[in-house]
Amino acid sequence: MAPLLQVENLTIGFPRAEPVRDLSFEVSAGETLAIVGESGSGKSLTALALMQLLPRTARVTSGRIVFDDRDLLGLDAREMRQLRGREIAMIFQEPMTSLNPVMSIGWQIGEVLKVHEKLSGRAARERAIELLRLVRIPAAEKRVDDYPHQLSGGMRQRVMIAMAVACRPKLLIADEPTTALDVTIQAQVLDLLDTLRRELQMAVVLITHDLGVVAQWADKVVVMYAGRKVEQALPGDLFNDPLHPYTRGLLSASPRLKSDFHYLSGRLTEIPGSIVSAAGEAGCPFRPRCRQARASCGHQVPPLIAQTPERLVACPFTSSLKAVPDAASLSL
Amino acid sequence: MPLLSASDLKTHYNTRDGLLRSVDGVDLVVERGETVGLVGESGCGKSTLGKTLLRLVDPTAGRIEFKGEDITTLDQGRLRNVRKSIQMIFQDPFASLNPRHTIGEILEAPLVVHKAGGRPERRRTVAGIIAKVGLPADAINRYPHEFSGGQRQRIGIARALLLNPELIVCDEPVSALDLSIQAQILNLLVEMKKEFGLSYLFISHDLSVVRYFCDRVLVMYLGRIVESADNETLWSDPRHPYTRALMAAVPDPSRPRQAAPLGGDLPSPSDIPSGCRFHTRCPLATDLCRVTEPEFRTIKPGHQVACHVADHIN
Ligand SMILES: Nc1ncnc2c1ncn2[C@@H]1O[C@H](COP(=O)(O)OP(=O)(O)OP(=O)(O)O)[C@@H](O)[C@H]1O
Ligand SMILES: Nc1ncnc2c1ncn2[C@@H]1O[C@H](COP(=O)(O)OP(=O)(O)O)[C@@H](O)[C@H]1O
Ligand code: SF4
Ligand code: SF4
Ligand SMILES: [Mg+2]
Ligand SMILES: [Mg+2]
Repeated sequence: MAPLLQVENLTIGFPRAEPVRDLSFEVSAGETLAIVGESGSGKSLTALALMQLLPRTARVTSGRIVFDDRDLLGLDAREMRQLRGREIAMIFQEPMTSLNPVMSIGWQIGEVLKVHEKLSGRAARERAIELLRLVRIPAAEKRVDDYPHQLSGGMRQRVMIAMAVACRPKLLIADEPTTALDVTIQAQVLDLLDTLRRELQMAVVLITHDLGVVAQWADKVVVMYAGRKVEQALPGDLFNDPLHPYTRGLLSASPRLKSDFHYLSGRLTEIPGSIVSAAGEAGCPFRPRCRQARASCGHQVPPLIAQTPERLVACPFTSSLKAVPDAASLSL
Repeated sequence: MPLLSASDLKTHYNTRDGLLRSVDGVDLVVERGETVGLVGESGCGKSTLGKTLLRLVDPTAGRIEFKGEDITTLDQGRLRNVRKSIQMIFQDPFASLNPRHTIGEILEAPLVVHKAGGRPERRRTVAGIIAKVGLPADAINRYPHEFSGGQRQRIGIARALLLNPELIVCDEPVSALDLSIQAQILNLLVEMKKEFGLSYLFISHDLSVVRYFCDRVLVMYLGRIVESADNETLWSDPRHPYTRALMAAVPDPSRPRQAAPLGGDLPSPSDIPSGCRFHTRCPLATDLCRVTEPEFRTIKPGHQVACHVADHIN
């Protein structure tokens, strides 16, 4: 079966920058793909490109986005509007910015249903209550008349999810849906998303910078750095055997709950510098921060090498890195 | 004598929604040289507690002592001296940096206020601290917007260190930073602690960071401390059901996923549940819990818990 979504060599440009370059990935129905990367690595712009909601100054300068056998870049504005919200839906990090503060949540969910499913006012309200129950809002029949500011952050995010799944989309894009939430509420929200994914057989693109979230909720992972895919793997492989120096650096920089590692026993392993250094870099974008960099890394952008069909890495030196004696201490 | 202590500290706010009991009876102690972590869900009162300890917000009741001196009701003039010794670092340093001033000007200002030396000496102090926190020397002449998030946090740390404080209250100092930058800032804070013999009250909702960074941990729920223990004990033998739920909720790559350990949201501090304030979400709640508030008691030396069944939990 062909994947539901195929992104091929996507490049997004602003007049003076190219924040997403040559990015490819696929997601199938019922599958969760996680995209991880630092802030500024191009995750949100990628999500917005899938929705065809890029900022005015941005353009897809090359590549294809094939969704359910249609090339999204070839659709006109009206066709895209019909798809958006109905077949492809998105939830954002900060629900307050995408909920209307002066309309009740029931009205807002109902509106989606009226537009896409042509439901009447009464039916839309009934269905809104059902959806609020689906996302486990207690006393849904009362809460339906609440305004966004009357809800907690976790409840608002659940309302966003209710709106996003109202029309049973085939693809759900979640851009840092739990970054603003506590771990307790994060677990509730991600469990909910996962249940809906299974029940509705949705494909989910989950954007996050939390490696723990990736490990526990993703079927496969794309690691982005400075607009490019630098590694792709199944979560287990990524954590047991990170290949790209950036991924390895991330894993060793992260203080982990189970470890006995404490400041009195040693420093955290830093990745020196910041992602800003990737701007204008001709070769490997990670080179200015990479401890393994060598002269040839500056010559050209390292191509993605497929170690297995699921395992891609954009660094030619990973096999020699594995010989480094302390590599074992990096695995979890 | 502890460096800082609070007893039965309360900070209540009168709002349109009624009385918010944001901090509602907190006892705590920070010893000299100690790093104390403060964890809990959003809205449980961590920042309010931090600001109250610094007297940036006035307490409603209770007592705060700094080095044995009661600072609960000191007037602003006499507080100035104390303020030199207790500094604060915020989650978003950008919001607290004036965009129209250079880093040099921003860092010199507190020295002027506290009359710390003449101009050349102040300049030397600023240049020294900039180097210390790992910023380039030319940062002095640049403006806040020219710096990345991690660098701005370094500026915030430099500002907190300027007046040779003894205690720094760090309110989510690395929460807004990428993992790769977070390690840099945590390492810097550890270095500064060692070099200047600092104590920290470290507010965070990230348990793995607290696990690495702290000597002792306070777990806060709805305005109260519900568990306090040294780092080792808290992680090997957590006793409060809320502490356990918080730990279980951290997505840990090394173990399989569990069902969300805690349902529902934090209740509002304007409507604190009767009895044990955690009973509305606690998997172990009994009738007793609904009526009687558990005492915050010592179950073994250095380990305190506010839960009726703390001794029986395995
Ligand atoms: N100035 C204020 N006036 C009224 N209420 C306030 C004020 N400051 C805080 N609160 C309320 O007090 C409670 C505790 O807030 P606080 O900011 O201390 O929480 P927190 O634990 O720091 O949360 P977070 O993790 O989100 O930073 C919240 O209900 C908040 O809305
Ligand atoms: N509207 C915009 N105008 C100009 N640059 C932008 C705009 N939106 C994003 N960018 C830039 O594109 C890059 C990628 O941004 P983004 O996709 O938001 O990153 P992420 O979501 O991974 O944090 C960043 O360098 C960002 O500054
Ligand atoms: S290509 Fe070179 S600079 Fe890039 S990650 Fe590999 S070793 Fe480092
Ligand atoms: S006192 Fe009762 S409700 Fe409170 S934490 Fe303990 S068991 Fe749970
Ligand atoms: Mg983003
Ligand atoms: Mg706070």
